[in-house]
Amino acid sequence: MNMGVVRAALLSVAMAGLAICGAAPGHAQMGQRISATTIPAAQLIQPAELNKLLKEPASARPLVLQVGSHMLFEEAHIAGSEYAGPGATSDGLNMLRQRVKSLPHSKFIVIYCGCCPWTKCPNMGPAYKELHAMGFTRVKALYLADNFGADWVSQGYATTHGQ
Amino acid sequence: MRRPTDNSSKLATQLANAARRSLLAALLLACGPAGAQARSPQALVHKPAPQFVRHDLKGQPLSLARLRGKVVLLNFWATWCGPCLTEMPEFMAWQRQFAAQGLQVVGISMDDDAAAARKLATKLKVDYPIAMGDPDLGRRYGGVLGLPLTFLIDRKGEVRAVYQGVSNLNAIQTEIRTLLTER
Repeated sequence: MNMGVVRAALLSVAMAGLAICGAAPGHAQMGQRISATTIPAAQLIQPAELNKLLKEPASARPLVLQVGSHMLFEEAHIAGSEYAGPGATSDGLNMLRQRVKSLPHSKFIVIYCGCCPWTKCPNMGPAYKELHAMGFTRVKALYLADNFGADWVSQGYATTHGQ
Repeated sequence: MRRPTDNSSKLATQLANAARRSLLAALLLACGPAGAQARSPQALVHKPAPQFVRHDLKGQPLSLARLRGKVVLLNFWATWCGPCLTEMPEFMAWQRQFAAQGLQVVGISMDDDAAAARKLATKLKVDYPIAMGDPDLGRRYGGVLGLPLTFLIDRKGEVRAVYQGVSNLNAIQTEIRTLLTER
């Protein structure tokens, strides 16, 4: 086989891949676009319910992970929650995988974002799908209809600032 | 036995001190939005817009104070925010349409990465200044904890309207037209 032809074909494939990635907004490589609306309703948790859970003894509290923007996390986040990377990017999903990989699959995990209205959120769908694919059986997605400010902070629920 | 005059004097002093404290508290409240944190974006309506000075993505200085006398549409956005990207072409059109009447659109990117904002602004050919935001600026604007978030600021530097989430662009344009008629 002519190796020149093979090299040219491989180069074309690589360039097509780069063009596709470049077309997506943002610097980080975008992951799959999966709407938050694909998360089953039974797996949603309402803000008031989570806020109540956070007052339980530590053993009953879920691990709460923010899967959106770090800047918004620094501005304000759920007290006790951790930053786990934006679900919309491959880097973000990798960060999420690293955070949970050593946990038992029965671990109670709540993910949240609130960067945008629920139906427009780019992060929740991919993050939920990733945890589900990893085998986690107790994952809930915090339903923030409008955004984190309106549906959590303004309600007076447990919030903190900083890294 | 205490003299009545002593009690009166003491009371007068206490009242004067209380009045001073009230005046100080009122002054702090009045000046609050410029330097402190608002409770929510909506709490800034009819308050002075928090000032900021920074460089835009092209390295040009950008100062809100220097835009006094113009109507400012201050839009917090990010590359990962779908509704933001829908609004931006409309904001560009308004900038061109109303520039002569005194409109200035300013974008503040809440991306974690300036390169992402720069890349997208170039791709969309955004022709109004965009600067990077930070958590402190977000907090001073009442918490930029959901995008898009847009403030309309009048020629005197006062916040007149706040739009959060997927907004009615016709309503924003109507308000802009109203503010542009004010001198």
